[in-house]
Formats: sequence, C-alpha cells, structure tokens
Amino acid sequence: MKAKNSPVRFRIGKNGFFKGVVIAFAFSCVIPLLFILAYIIKAGITKINWNFLVNVPKPVGESGGGIANALLGSIIIIAVAAVIAIPIGILGGIYLSENRKSKLAYWARLSIDILQGVPSIVIGIVAYFWLVKPFGGFSSVSGSIALAIMMLPIVVRSTEETLKLLPDTLREAGFALGMPFHRVVLKVIVPCGISGILSGVMLSIARIAGETAPLLFTAFGNPYLSTSLTKPMQSLPLLIFNYATSPYNDWHDLAWGASCILLIFVLVLNIFTKIITRKWKVQL
Amino acid sequence: MKTFENEAVIARGDSSRVITGSNTGKLKKTNREKHSNRQIWTESVFRRLLFIMGVLMVVLVLGIMFTLIVQSVPSIKALGAGFLWGKVWDPVRDIYGAFPFLLGTLLTSFLALAISIPFSFAVGIFLGEYYPKGWLPDLLKNTVELIAAVPSVIYGFWGLAVLVPIVRSFESGIGEPPIGVGIFTSSLILSIMIIPYAASLGRSMIQMVPSHLKEAAYSLGATRWEVIKSVILPYVKSGLFAGVLLSLGRALGETMAVTMVIGNTSGIPKSIFAPGNTMASVIANEFTEADRTVYLSALIELGLVLFLVTVVINMIGKKIISRFTND
Amino acid sequence: MESTIVRSIDYNAYFGDNHVVKNVNIDIPKNNVIAVMGPSGCGKTTFLRGINRMHELIPGATAKGKIMLDNEDVMEMHPIFVRLKIGMVFQRPNPFPNLSIYDNVIAGYKLNGIKLPKAEKDKIVEQSLTKVALWNEVKDQLNKKGTFLSGGQQQRLCIARAVAMEPEVLLFDEPTSALDPISTSTVEELFHDLKQNYTLIIVTHNMQQAARVSDKTAFFYMGELVEYDETKRMFTNPRDTRTQNYITGRFS
Repeated sequence: MKAKNSPVRFRIGKNGFFKGVVIAFAFSCVIPLLFILAYIIKAGITKINWNFLVNVPKPVGESGGGIANALLGSIIIIAVAAVIAIPIGILGGIYLSENRKSKLAYWARLSIDILQGVPSIVIGIVAYFWLVKPFGGFSSVSGSIALAIMMLPIVVRSTEETLKLLPDTLREAGFALGMPFHRVVLKVIVPCGISGILSGVMLSIARIAGETAPLLFTAFGNPYLSTSLTKPMQSLPLLIFNYATSPYNDWHDLAWGASCILLIFVLVLNIFTKIITRKWKVQL
Repeated sequence: MKTFENEAVIARGDSSRVITGSNTGKLKKTNREKHSNRQIWTESVFRRLLFIMGVLMVVLVLGIMFTLIVQSVPSIKALGAGFLWGKVWDPVRDIYGAFPFLLGTLLTSFLALAISIPFSFAVGIFLGEYYPKGWLPDLLKNTVELIAAVPSVIYGFWGLAVLVPIVRSFESGIGEPPIGVGIFTSSLILSIMIIPYAASLGRSMIQMVPSHLKEAAYSLGATRWEVIKSVILPYVKSGLFAGVLLSLGRALGETMAVTMVIGNTSGIPKSIFAPGNTMASVIANEFTEADRTVYLSALIELGLVLFLVTVVINMIGKKIISRFTND
Repeated sequence: MESTIVRSIDYNAYFGDNHVVKNVNIDIPKNNVIAVMGPSGCGKTTFLRGINRMHELIPGATAKGKIMLDNEDVMEMHPIFVRLKIGMVFQRPNPFPNLSIYDNVIAGYKLNGIKLPKAEKDKIVEQSLTKVALWNEVKDQLNKKGTFLSGGQQQRLCIARAVAMEPEVLLFDEPTSALDPISTSTVEELFHDLKQNYTLIIVTHNMQQAARVSDKTAFFYMGELVEYDETKRMFTNPRDTRTQNYITGRFS
C-alpha cells in the first residue's frame, strides 16, 4: 500500500469520497427501474377497463379493442408449461440431490447448467423444428413446451439446492424407521424443503410469463380468442411486441395496457415469492 | 448384498417369542410386513423414475445441440467458413454474410458491459462490504433483483417510447443523424438489464472474503477504502470476472429489447449511433419470412454460433465460481 | 440361561477396500443392555449400523457374514423388514422438524402409509411417551412441533418414536454425547426401564456410562471384537491387555 506516503488526512478524505461514489452508483441504478415502473403503470393503467379485459383486438381503425385473447392465451400457455415442467423439474432436482456421486448425475447437472445459459430465441428455434414443422403449423402446446424447457433449469436447481441443504440425519431417521426410499424422499425430505421448492416454481413461472422469443415461432400469436392447444395462440408478451412495433396508435394503447398488466403480475409474483418463502421455511 | 424377495419368510408366527403388547400387536406386525412388500416394489419404480429424469435432462440438451447442427448443415455446405466474415447480408440476392451481426452483437454487449459494470460493482461492494445487513440494504438488494425480473419486451417497449426520442434529440445535438434507434440505444437498454447479474455475484463473492485478511489490513492502519481496494477486490478478482462473464452471457443472448430498439438494419454499422442488428435480433425478425432452405439454414447457423458462444461463456463463468467457492 | 436374540457370525464390514469391521462373532442375550465401546475409528459404530442394515446406505459400503435376529439372518432379509424389528436412536436428536410431537411418535406408521384408527394411534403415542418418561411433560402440547423441546427431551422423543414401532432390539449410537449432563442422566435412567421389554445395544465412548448402564460390554479395537464380558468383570478384571490399556486411559 503506497498509502503510507500520503498524509493521513488525505487518505481519510479519499476514503469518504469513494464511499460516496459507491453509494451514489449503487443507489442510482434503481432509478431507471423506478422510472420505468412509474412510466409503464401511468401509461397503461388508464387503458385498463372491463372492455379492455374481455374484448379481442379490433381491426386497425376501429377503437374499443381489448386483450382478452392475449390474457387467456397467456394463462393457458403458462398453465400447460407449468404442468409439464414442474413435475419433471422437481423429480429431476430430487434425482440430482439424492445421487450426488453417480456419473449420470454429473452429466445431468452439467446439462442443466448448459440449459440455463441457452438464449431463449435458440429454444424457440429448436421447438419450431421439434413441434411446429413436423406437425405443419404453429400451436400453443409447442409454445408451452418451449417455455417448459426454459423453466426446467430453475425448478431443478432450486429443488436440488434446497434438498442438498437438509442434513443427512433426517434421511437416516426415516430409513431407521423402516421407510422405503420413496417415502423418505416424498414424506420427509420434500416436505421439509417445500419452501425452497415452491419458491423455485414460482420464480420459474414469473420468468416465463414475460418471455416472448420462444413463442415467436411456436405459439406465433392469434388475433382471435382461442383455447385450442393445437392452434396458434396469443400471449401478453407477443401482443406487446407486435403491437408496440406497429405504426398504429390504437395498437400502442393496447400494448401499454398489456404491459401494465404483465409488469404488475411479474413483480407481484416475485415479491410474493420472497415473502412466502421466508414464512414457510421449516426450522431445522 | 442380497435383497429380500421370498415372501414365505414374512409372516413368522413364532408363538414362543414374547412380543411386547397384546396379541393385536403380533397381527399388526404381520400386516405391516405385508404392507412393506408393496413398498419395496414402489421403491424400485420410484428409483427408476428418477433415473429416467436424469437421462431426460442429458437427452434434452443433446437434442438441442443436434437439431441446431443438423439444421445448419445446408448453410454450412453452401457458404462454408466465409459465412462468418461475409460483410453483406442480402437474402433477396441470396448473399449471406454474418459479420454485421457478429459485430452488432459484440458492440452492443461490450458497450452495455462497460456502462453497467461500475454500477454492478458498486452494488456488490455496497451490499457485500459496507452494509451487508439491515432493512435499507435488503431493500436495495431486492430492488436490484427485480430489475432482472422485468420482462425484456417491456424494457424494449419503454426503450422505444421513451429512450429513443431522448437519444434522437441527443444525436441531433451532437451532429449525428437523428434516428434514435441504433447500437447505442440498445446498449443503454441492455446495460440496465444486465446490472443484477454481476451485482449479485459480486456481492456474494465479497461477503466471502475472510475477516482475518481484512483485519490484518485494518490493524496496519488502512482506511476502509484501502482495504476494499487492496485486500477485498484483489481477493475476489476471479469471482468478479465470473460475474462479468455472466452479465456478458446474458447480454449476448438478449433478444426482444434489443430487437425493438436496434433499428433492424443488416449492414455494418458506421458508428455506434447507427442502426444495426444482432444475431438474436435478425433471427427474431427474419425467421418466419425465410422462404428458402439456405436462408433459413443461415439463420439457424447464427443460432448455433450464438448457442456455442453463450454456453461457453456461461460455463467458464460457472467454473470460475465453483473453483472460487471450493478453495 | 438367557436366550440369544442377536448373534453375529463372522461379520465383516468394508468402506470400499477399507476393512473396518473384522470377523465379529458376538451373542447378545435378550432383555439386556449391551455397551459397545472402543477408541475412535475402532468400528463400533459401523458394526452397530450393520445390525439394522444402515451401513449399506453409504455409497461404497459393503458387508459380509451373518447376523441372526432370533432365527432369521438379517443380511438375507430386505432392509425394510429388518428396520421394523430393530429400531435406532442417533447421536444427534433428529425429530422430524415439520411434524408435531404426536406425529413424530407415530411417524413410523404415518410416514409409511400404515393407517390406524385414531384410538389406537392415541394409545401408541401415550404408551411410547410414557415409556420414555415424556408423557406428563408434553401431553398438553402434542400438536406443537417438537423444536421447542430441550435436547434431552428431543432425544427421548426419538426413543419414543423408535419404541412405538414395537421393535425387538433398540440400537443407540452414542445417544447422549450431544446432551448436557442432566439430560444424559434422564436418558440413562430410561435404559433400565426399557430393557424389561427390549434388548438395548448402546455404542458409547463414555466408559463411565458403559459401567453405569450396561449388563455386558463389548470392547472393539481396530475393527476387531477384542473382549466381551459382563460389565463388572470387564472393568475390574479385563483379560486382554488392550482392554486394560483402554480402561486405564492409555489411549482413547
């Protein structure tokens, strides 16, 4: 430290200066977020009314459209994705946490790590070639599967990490009572780790609720209300993307309303998850 | 180790044994043993199920790689390696050169990194060293994490509506063509979005610095900033680098926000204020319009490059982190 | 002549290639308290865990030989059946943190999916908690989770949980080493009552405890059963020099 040569008062001044700089930079990065939040809510909240929620978009030029197709579409696509990804993800996480040393577990863990870093558009491409091209058309279930692939690493990782933290003596207590492996896992380990597992599930849903890229070539979008798994379907992020980049003001309004709803949903889910996991944590 | 299979050995009714409890106890015991037989079958089914999940995870990733490679083959065969440094992308005339997109991706990502890193590190240092505990730091930590939770398409829309006009007037102010969209605007949006990654990793790394090292410096008369500069930051150097890599990986793969504000021009950008395209944005824009095999395949090849680059960067980052945490 | 309830015949246990329990032959008589002691790493805990087939849960662990429970070879049975007849209490009290005290006691039934009528469950809970002298202390708080109990009470809860399964043998792996002296003595008092109905095998590194509670003592050293005799005789007149050295504190 060359500090020894500078006068002490200067060093103390420098210390305070840098502390100020760090604090300034640290807190200023929330400014854009708060600004964006405020702007989106302000621009969107006025567009939301009952009409907005139950109508589908009207053709260009007519006013009074809504985002019902996107709302319903998002709900259906997310629900199907969750039904696929959650059981597989939790079981995958259990596999990794209860098989720490096996060769397959090493490669599976590596695969999940790789999957976590894959850009969402690449997942969209792959889902297109697996589920759209062979079946001749866009479909909401292909979108759900693309989203399920994106959810998988989050659910698997959080399940694995949560269960790994539980002490082995808990498992031993179960085995010593004559419990078979599946009961030790499902009746002892998983209930004790439920808060971590659920938090992973909720965060994965929050993550995919706002994803657009994987749906671009799978669910594709639909101007009409649809509940069919085998036809294209609209979703909130898709609608926002398409309408925001269009030149029509009416459609911009729809996009603002949709953005407001999507943003609030995602943020509320994230905040809710943080609060709930703290409450449900089992005291070991 | 032999596993029990013979059911005949179960119901051992040796009446000469004195079993605690009443006679119902003995009956209970036999029923329990019958129950356990079913359990043994379920147990092996469950284990097999878990094994299948493990296999599924590996197969999934292999499948993704396989599909990308197979679909890129037509393009690789037709265009060869020159694809990567071809400067012109003109699908109408069947000319496919990826260089504009490689350049666009690198420019936006590195510019975004350069802008966001000071902020990420400031958050990491603040939360890791100055104020690790308390309601205010917790609030800051949660708020920064929420930055990563906002969907990318919303960042894009906001960027389009708010940032682009601002950049446009800025550009006319400094004499550049006032377009608004372009590499610069994308980098701005991207920089906001990637702050949380390096910040959260930086924070956890900084918190891991052993106190005895810090105390040694303090006892020699160092100020807090000097301890941060000469002890903490050097110690977590590799961890901070990993954080940078993770932010970079995120930036490289980001699609929607960038697509909405980059201008979607497939030429080589002349300055950072010019419009351009990234690998991800050109795929998003042109995939559904690609009507020829080589066209589509060229786009997939871009996807393959994107996949390889992001995966490698992420894996290096994770490797560094695991080495750091195991030391 | 007391009848033998557990007999090991040429029992050997390994961790990978590491031979940690060597050719143990021991007869354990019914309704006795047997202490198993020896220096750290002598194989006593490994041997104990072999009796209820917990040893093989560790990856790479194997065992050879016979362990007869009455007339059945435990090594030939499926581990689940073994553990229904042989219960275990661990070093650190490990009640299930997400279950109430009531549910912890009948955990062996409940978590195994064995359905019992409420009256019977209540009876088992009361009898088991009485056997471990915990009933009066917790009878009004059966629905609370067990984490507010003291270490000694938690350990007694774990004993009640094992006893509720009506095993024939109870294995204890250093059951009081994580407890304070008062809790230790309350647990030790239980051993005398429990042996009326069960056979107890207790691994302990506390010689005084072995002398206090056990009828017979087995001394393990470097994986071998060196000496096995009535406790009084072993402590006053050990036959093997190794036993002698251990008891007099030459090595621990």
